[in-house]
Amino acid sequence: MTERYDLIVLGGGAAGLTAALYGARAHLKTLIIDTGTPGGQMNLTYKVANYPGVLEASGADIVMTMRRQAESFGARLLSHAEVAEVALTGAEKSVVVEDEGTFVAPAIILAPGAMPRTLGLGSEARFQGRGISYCATCDGDFFTDQDIAVIGGGNSALEEAVSLTKFASSVTIIHEFDHFQAQPWAVEQAKKNPKIRFLMEQTVKDFEGEESLTAVISEHKRTGEVTRTPVSGVFLFIGYVPNTGWLREKIDINERGEILTDESMKTSVAGVFAAGDARQKRYRQVTTAVSDGAIAAIAASEYVASLAA
Amino acid sequence: MLNTNLQHIESVEQYEQLIASGAKVAVVCGRMGPMCVPVYSVMDALKSNYPDVNFYDMDFDTAVAMQTIRRLPETNGFMGLPFTVYYKDGGVVAATSSIQNKKQVKEILDGRLSP
Repeated sequence: MTERYDLIVLGGGAAGLTAALYGARAHLKTLIIDTGTPGGQMNLTYKVANYPGVLEASGADIVMTMRRQAESFGARLLSHAEVAEVALTGAEKSVVVEDEGTFVAPAIILAPGAMPRTLGLGSEARFQGRGISYCATCDGDFFTDQDIAVIGGGNSALEEAVSLTKFASSVTIIHEFDHFQAQPWAVEQAKKNPKIRFLMEQTVKDFEGEESLTAVISEHKRTGEVTRTPVSGVFLFIGYVPNTGWLREKIDINERGEILTDESMKTSVAGVFAAGDARQKRYRQVTTAVSDGAIAAIAASEYVASLAA
Repeated sequence: MLNTNLQHIESVEQYEQLIASGAKVAVVCGRMGPMCVPVYSVMDALKSNYPDVNFYDMDFDTAVAMQTIRRLPETNGFMGLPFTVYYKDGGVVAATSSIQNKKQVKEILDGRLSP
């Protein structure tokens, strides 16, 4: 079965939902296809305090409102979709979703977002939920009065390390460089916390344990010295990778996997636009994702109108 | 009570009756947090495809959770929310800790909970 739309949005995070809201409000028959839970990384944010117009709310609550807004203007949402095929060339773009059918539209907005970067070690997957975590607010209290480590050197890593000292008896920050990427205020907060110590210029080699995690093994990048840090918990905050592996042969992306666009969010393929964290840009915030989504939808709307002219 | 579209388990009696019935049951025990919300959503999305499975949630910070799922041998050593436990014929057939995606949940539903 093939269903026709004016606009398909691939991805239901902040960028995708905003694009759908703008598309639907411009009277484009709009479909959002999300391969997971709508909301993307916003679902992973406990508290958002810098979204204009909202004093403070959970990421999930803001997402729910965005979703309702998009649907109120007529956008349809397919969540947890198993996308089998995406064709971006030609006048009609198509998306095949298992058990749902084929969806076609003259314009498509790619908003696949990004996912937390992992170290890629086999032992990392083995200890997920058994000592390895990606959410300090969710799992911090499991490590009350225990020694833990935080891997990373950006704002998230340092802020969460400080936050975890409320529970843990000690927090070792393990970082790959000799300096932090985090802002100076975050570094200062971490450095003045007596429960935090630092292991710099480290490559994490392995995680040890039986049923649960017991240690992190790391190696100094210059000297090769191996350090075994006994911990019962490790929190990873080592950035994000764009969900664009499947786009490599379809549109222009850079060496980091980010989609290349112009300022109106047009990609290298006519009728294909991109928005959000998967796009090449310097700053990634909810507000910048929302901005991308709005621009992409307006540009897509103009593109669709130009086809009819 | 958790704000999800799943049925809620709110008492030990309800839990015990459900499991003792021998029915196929999936219980997501968590909070309204970033790692839990996606798992409730996955279960909600799968409900219609698995009419023979009863999908429930349970608030992690309640007495019922302390007296049931949090005391199971199968969740001993879990240190990531949510705890998701699958039952069949009155016993635990699988348990996972932390966030799970649709594919991971389907593998258990199709493998461990299938006839």
